[in-house]
Amino acid sequence: MKSHFDWRKTPGLGPYTALILVFLYAPLFVLVAYSFNAGSLVTVWAGFSFQWFAIAAANGDIQEAALNSLIVAASATALATIIATFAAIGLERGPSRWAGPFAALFALPLLVPEIVTAVTTLVFFSSIHLRWGISNLVIAHTVFCIAFAMMPIRARLRGMGDQLENAARDLYAPPIKVFLRVTLPLLSPGIVSGAVLAFVVSLDDFVLSAMVGDAGTTTLPVYVYGMIRRGITPEVNAASTILLAVSLLLAGIAQYLNRPRNSA
Amino acid sequence: MHRASPLLLTLPALLVIGIFMLVPLGYGVAYSFLTASPYGGAQLPFTFEGYQQVLFQRDFDESLYFTTTYLAIIFRSVVLASAAAILCAVLGLPVAWFIACQPAKWRTWLVFVVTLPFWVNSLIRTYCWVLLLRDQGLINLALQKSGLTSGPIGLMYNDGATLLGLVYNFLPFMVLPIYAALERLDPRLIEAAHDLYATRAKVFSRIIIPLALPGLKAGALLVFAPALGYFLVPDLLGGGRNLMIGNLIQIEFTSGRNWPFGAALSVLVTGAVMLVLMIGAMRGKRRKLSDIVGDQL
Repeated sequence: MKSHFDWRKTPGLGPYTALILVFLYAPLFVLVAYSFNAGSLVTVWAGFSFQWFAIAAANGDIQEAALNSLIVAASATALATIIATFAAIGLERGPSRWAGPFAALFALPLLVPEIVTAVTTLVFFSSIHLRWGISNLVIAHTVFCIAFAMMPIRARLRGMGDQLENAARDLYAPPIKVFLRVTLPLLSPGIVSGAVLAFVVSLDDFVLSAMVGDAGTTTLPVYVYGMIRRGITPEVNAASTILLAVSLLLAGIAQYLNRPRNSA
Repeated sequence: MHRASPLLLTLPALLVIGIFMLVPLGYGVAYSFLTASPYGGAQLPFTFEGYQQVLFQRDFDESLYFTTTYLAIIFRSVVLASAAAILCAVLGLPVAWFIACQPAKWRTWLVFVVTLPFWVNSLIRTYCWVLLLRDQGLINLALQKSGLTSGPIGLMYNDGATLLGLVYNFLPFMVLPIYAALERLDPRLIEAAHDLYATRAKVFSRIIIPLALPGLKAGALLVFAPALGYFLVPDLLGGGRNLMIGNLIQIEFTSGRNWPFGAALSVLVTGAVMLVLMIGAMRGKRRKLSDIVGDQL
């Protein structure tokens, strides 16, 4: 008689997975730990301190870059989420013949290498002499934010079905009322997830912002990249940790929004 | 009644992506056939010079000679992106299987834990490895403190560092599709195999691997495609002598001032990525490419 066999338990797999998680998280912890180092030398631990956060926060260039990042991310998110919501409804509720090609076009910013999007956008903007400063960045970010925002919205539309919308139509609700009173409230979790996702990918962007932006439109990742290039200082670590914390906070919000619920 | 009207709702998206994505790509293709202007930008006449420069350079006497400078960069990009996909598959498959074996409520959390680092800015994630790998970095300090090495050993600015950075950045892209494939696995298959005296190794090679295959394929595409033209990792970890195509394109559009050559390289790398993704999408007939991408987030 063989011993009890449990296929769910492979020996060694648990510790292995733990090791991979260490691989994924240890570098982030190192950065965070360094940023609390009191000393001015990155590598020598001189006690725990918040001073580099205070110095980074007081740096006028960092403040300006952070403000630029927020303006671009907020504007691109607002534009992209509205556009993506309408497009998602069009794709899911419209004739399916067009859904495939259109969806492929909307996914284009996800498929084309980032650096190619960046240089071709640069070429395009310079060819048509579009110099609207930070608005150039907002436009460029909106394009790829639409693709990201659309994913959770389409998924939600597919999940909720169209029975309730049809029921409202059967009861003679005009299209605008169907949209405002039925579609939009049901769709809102997807829209919020899409907006969070768009905001995160906009804040994350470096390549496009670095190529398309100019001196006055430096975003936080572009500024931090410049700092890294000039030399590794505790201030870079503090600024990076702030960016990291913002990303994790947004990830937490997204996870909370997507949490499994009994009534979906 | 109004079956055409919902399609009108896609109009703003069509306009924005058409004008600011499709048209710039068209500009990129057009620029790849123009002549480089000495001050950056490009001018007429139309030539194939941009593409010619991938293989040939012009000598002082205007004669062409064959060069492997850029071919080596393209080769490195393909090798590193493929190696990253393979390494991610090897590292990620056991993790995906472990998650799929857990009770349902644990799975959601484990998937969240694996994907959480992916939400962190890619610049910051790559910078973390600079802190670890550089000469005064944590690993070199630890090696010297423990007496294993007397001086710093060069861990950064080589292809290995780039590969490590790519694997670190794209590992979640591999774990998720494999997990999605394995999650649907019917446990009775494994129980039946076991009852028929299959060993763990046999179960793994004859049941788990074949059922994970669609996920492995999707994951390989999702790692290879973005890794091929990736900019930040080779830039920060590979250094100036270990460029990938993405860095070469960036150089040609900035300090290199050769826009047609940069545009030609852009056309080539985009074409390669599209081709790979299209072959992948056609092979996995039941799953549309947008769904594969959509599963990631």
